[in-house]
Amino acid sequence: MKWHEILVRYGEITTKGRNRNQFINRLRDNLKSTFKDLEGMKLRLERDRMYISSPSDDEMNALIERLPDVFGIQSFSPVAECATDLEAMKALGKEIVSGLDYEGKSFKVNVKRSYKKFELETYELNRVIASHVLTELPGMTVEMKNPDIELRVEVREDATYMMVDVIAGSAGLPVGSNGKALLLLSGGIDSPVAAYLMMKRGVTVEAIHFFSPPFTSDQSLGKVKELCQIVSKFSGKIRLHVIPFTEIQQTIQQAVPKNVSMTTTRRLMMQVADLVREETKCKALVTGENLGQVASQTLDSLAAINAVTTTPILRPLITYDKLEIIDIAQKIGTYETSIIPFEDCCTVFTPANPKTKPRVDKMEYYESFTDFDEMIAKAVRNREVHVFPKKEVVSDFDDLL
Amino acid sequence: MIYLDHSATTKPNADVMKAFVQANERYYANPASLHEMGVDVNHLLNRSREQVAGLIHTEPEHVVFTSGGSESNNFLIKGIARANTHRGKHILVSSIEHASVLETARALEKEGFHVDYIHVDKQGVIDLDDLKEKLMKDTVIVSIMHVNNEMGAIQPIEEIAKIVRERSRAFYHVDAVQSFGKLPIHFNDELGPDALSISGHKINGLKGTGIAALRKRTTIEPIIHGGGQEMGLRSGTVAVPQDVAIAKAARLAEQHRTVNVQRYTKWRNDIHAFLERMDDVYVLSSNNGAPHIVSCSIRGIKGEVIVNAMQRQGVIVSTSSACHSKDTQISHVVQAVGVPDEFARGVIRMSFGEGVTDGDIEQFKEAFSNVVKQVRGEIKTHEMA
Repeated sequence: MKWHEILVRYGEITTKGRNRNQFINRLRDNLKSTFKDLEGMKLRLERDRMYISSPSDDEMNALIERLPDVFGIQSFSPVAECATDLEAMKALGKEIVSGLDYEGKSFKVNVKRSYKKFELETYELNRVIASHVLTELPGMTVEMKNPDIELRVEVREDATYMMVDVIAGSAGLPVGSNGKALLLLSGGIDSPVAAYLMMKRGVTVEAIHFFSPPFTSDQSLGKVKELCQIVSKFSGKIRLHVIPFTEIQQTIQQAVPKNVSMTTTRRLMMQVADLVREETKCKALVTGENLGQVASQTLDSLAAINAVTTTPILRPLITYDKLEIIDIAQKIGTYETSIIPFEDCCTVFTPANPKTKPRVDKMEYYESFTDFDEMIAKAVRNREVHVFPKKEVVSDFDDLL
Repeated sequence: MIYLDHSATTKPNADVMKAFVQANERYYANPASLHEMGVDVNHLLNRSREQVAGLIHTEPEHVVFTSGGSESNNFLIKGIARANTHRGKHILVSSIEHASVLETARALEKEGFHVDYIHVDKQGVIDLDDLKEKLMKDTVIVSIMHVNNEMGAIQPIEEIAKIVRERSRAFYHVDAVQSFGKLPIHFNDELGPDALSISGHKINGLKGTGIAALRKRTTIEPIIHGGGQEMGLRSGTVAVPQDVAIAKAARLAEQHRTVNVQRYTKWRNDIHAFLERMDDVYVLSSNNGAPHIVSCSIRGIKGEVIVNAMQRQGVIVSTSSACHSKDTQISHVVQAVGVPDEFARGVIRMSFGEGVTDGDIEQFKEAFSNVVKQVRGEIKTHEMA
């Protein structure tokens, strides 16, 4: 089937008042950067919808495959094209409907005849195409109001366009339309899902990861990079800040009682993250924290961790069940990478009996004997920054296989 | 020597052996190890698995690397049957399956499973009405091969799958050891099987390599327990170089399939026409069967005698199946297709593969004519070249 263009319906954007153009332009820019590998792609913006086209069939198919990952799109419909010729129209109508699960469904043809010189009147054309499709593909009933399948046909002089399929988009808001936030990315299941949910609300995400060699390996860092690579397909671009964290972590072990070392670690991570957030002009911090999953995620614990900063800390997963999180992780393709077992900096130094109800005043007291500020500043200064998506590296595996 | 026994095994492809050696030299670490070398090997393993999955149209997590066709058949049949006893304990197989299917089914009988055998016609094709009749509400697995190894009969996979799906809850397993690389076989859609067995050494890969694959997520029990390798379905340190080798062999086999099938078909039809013209020769294979297998018998002469005589003429052929070529008994396949008594002990098989040439086929015909004359006493042995 030859695709003419793709009709894109905006998501929540249509409810926005004066910001509307800003949102639409953001979506347009995101589409351009997401699909910059598709050289022939063209966008046409209208108030309520957008049209995407490309002269290349391969590019059109790639678009249809990848559009469901772009936020800010409610749904989209590929529009097929044939010659303005009765036989061609009948054949295309049948071909389009036969690709759907049509049996037992109600059906209607809706012809718009812009080319007034066409041999058949609108009504006749409606009837001819409908009866052809219904005879060729038995099992459908005709229904004028709210049919399950509505085949829309637009007859123009140079070509005729048909459309039926409505493919669901990711909805949400165009990434970037709601500012920028810094995500604490661990490599586990939760934080990539948190990134995805923030992106869905239009937030550009930067990521920060705490790296403690030799306690954590290059492979575990590799896993974090892989996760950035995967979630970057929803946002176009992600920057990852890798913080050298070994010195701070070793100091913590000597500075505070074992059972609160986890809380101190988290508090210091927040302080480091907050400095990076300021430098990168992010408005908030994001974590994959979830209430009650582990010791550091009790309300007392969250309060003790939160006390180091007045920056909003967003926790999109706070009320989710673990299984709900896993479902999303599988859907967005991060689960398999997340469950690869490598030590991360949280698991290496986990005390046997972490305190589940740390108190802020006690934490401040324990930490008051050590000067962490210089170490924090140094860690922020010495961070490495990586940008995703990275180009796929061609390996020598190809020769072997 | 002209080798016409590719259904028994094939010569490994030079590139496959090179990849096997290189993988051993460079990627010898354990793919389950956490260190960098292990991680690299694991990537290589994943790539091999993805490549195989792509060829047979399934997801990588449904591809298990095994030691060969027999293990794949054992694992898939036992694994699915044992894990799905809630569906029933009835097993259906055709009467001309490979021993690794028949004996597996027989072994399961000791665990309380009940086995029925589906009849085949003279061409070795299963009787679909018999299948419909024997398919029960409690049938848990149906195992019917794609191409018979002894006489090349092709089974109607799609029709069988359709009947099994429509009339039962059973899984449909296909032993594709003889067909992969010769006929299209994959999990394309609803018409494909649920489980597939493939062997490496039949497709110019290495002995000791195989694939057991599933169409979708299926409840299946491992038969080798241990460290949980291969998605927990086949424990034991993964033989990554072997898996690289079969992934490569499978890719090459698919790539060369169309061209090879044209050559094999021409030779098969040519030899069939040649054999039809001879008296006292009974042909089991047909032009509707697999392109690479010809099977026939000379009246009253034992298969072993023909194999020896052909060998003296420089042509390697085999008795109907390498697996019981040393048995004096008549093969179960030969019995099942109803070969007349005076021919039943003399069935031989010629099977084509990579490296066979047009000239080889001409030489085979000449050698066969000589052997026929010789066994009839028309020429004396010492007169022959």
